[in-house]
Amino acid sequence: MIGADAKAAGSDLNGTGAPNAGFDNPVLQSQAMYRKLLGAMAQPGRILSCELSLDVPAPLWPTTAAAALTLLDFDTPLWLNPGAAAAPALGNYLRFHSGCPLVEATGNAAFAIISDPAELPPLDSFAAGTDEYPDRSATLLIQVERLDDSRGVILRGPGIECKQTLQAKGLPQGFWQQVQENHAGFPRGVDMIFCAQNQIAALPRSTQVEV
Amino acid sequence: MTQAAQQAAIPDEQAEIDAGAGPDPNYNFAYLDEQTKRMIRRAMLKAVAIPGYQVPFASREMPMPYGWGTGGVQVTASIIGPDDVLKVIDQGADDTTNAVSIRQFFERTTDVETTTRTEDASIIQTRHRIPEKALSEDQILVYQVPIPEPLRFLEPRESETRKMHALGEYGLMHVKLYEDIATHGHIATTYAYPVKVNGHYIMDPSPTPKFDNPKMHRMPALQLFGAGREKRIYAIPPHTAVYSLDFEDHPFDVQQWEQPCEICGATDTFLDEVVTDDRGGRMFVCSDTDHCTRDQEAAE
Repeated sequence: MIGADAKAAGSDLNGTGAPNAGFDNPVLQSQAMYRKLLGAMAQPGRILSCELSLDVPAPLWPTTAAAALTLLDFDTPLWLNPGAAAAPALGNYLRFHSGCPLVEATGNAAFAIISDPAELPPLDSFAAGTDEYPDRSATLLIQVERLDDSRGVILRGPGIECKQTLQAKGLPQGFWQQVQENHAGFPRGVDMIFCAQNQIAALPRSTQVEV
Repeated sequence: MTQAAQQAAIPDEQAEIDAGAGPDPNYNFAYLDEQTKRMIRRAMLKAVAIPGYQVPFASREMPMPYGWGTGGVQVTASIIGPDDVLKVIDQGADDTTNAVSIRQFFERTTDVETTTRTEDASIIQTRHRIPEKALSEDQILVYQVPIPEPLRFLEPRESETRKMHALGEYGLMHVKLYEDIATHGHIATTYAYPVKVNGHYIMDPSPTPKFDNPKMHRMPALQLFGAGREKRIYAIPPHTAVYSLDFEDHPFDVQQWEQPCEICGATDTFLDEVVTDDRGGRMFVCSDTDHCTRDQEAAE
């Protein structure tokens, strides 16, 4: 049934109706991807390259898919931006490999995949945790066309020796102001991981941003 | 299989493990199942994003008792990969029981390369010391933590300590340090000396001697803390400000010794007092065995 639905929607299934394959070696590939994610989160704004050969359903990129396969499971309600949610192959892929429930409301999501940054909802619509449990907050995987750390906004804070610059292409207007507000609510807030074609960078709530 | 054959099979299996023939096939890589690793990995990402905040996690039963570093072992098991080089220390020593057994655990379950040389390790799991040699950005320091909550002995209720962290209400901790001064004339806390991370959370650096506190400040390596029995993970990202609590008129300072290490002669390291006989004989030697051995080698 799932295959029939997906075909009707004209999605890019691999002809068999089955979801695209996940990691060849889930244990070691998710470990390798996690170390990238941990490294990115520990050094905000630092761009780490990820060369992955993953066959993933559009509009997901291999970096985003690898991050999702590494972090998601039945414990992590996932929100998809409307563009991603409209591709049934993507939802099937993530649910098949990770078992994560998909949620409609941003506030109920532990993770969110935003395949098109233009569709990024306001950051404060996601769970920011509470002052007593700030860890009960969302992590956003935001796909961006390009990352550049030689220019852009100036980042300071834990994980950064003095300062770090970062530019991500395609973010909506007013995004960096929202990031400043997100930081101002520390320890509450959301954490972001930017996924470009072959690169990732992270922006935790602890980072101060100077536009 | 006869009993004799069974007995014969055991040493063979052991030999295969020792020969570095790959991780023990009876276990998942690094022992933990993948769902547990994901849960711990997510907790660690939040811990890094909120420096010094203790993230609750569903600590698992490990094949060693609580108090033997199960928190650190779970953290290491969730980050370690085949390319890592692991060093394990117990009070600075590579060759004491806890360090040896944890190192063997990872040799068996991951078959990674292990080392005693601080600079060669990509992951260093530690019980109660920070290596004397400065760490780099490419390294991760994993601490085994018994009691993660610095306020626990001042306020036993978790609901209250959570509120105190949420409100930044840390007066009680300063009162404790003040009482030290009132009783002893100086701050008598010598280990598990409370620190403030990035100007926000007060954190227990685990029972490291306060001698090691300055090394945490702006350390280039990522520091991860795992408390297995208490089910908490916390972290300090690289280059993060870590301030040891003190008073203007009683500034923080570290232990000093009157004599150098009796083995290598170092004067800038943390020394252990070793009892040598039953007639009051004792000697002071470096607690960091790798540092001490290498200093001797350099001298020779």
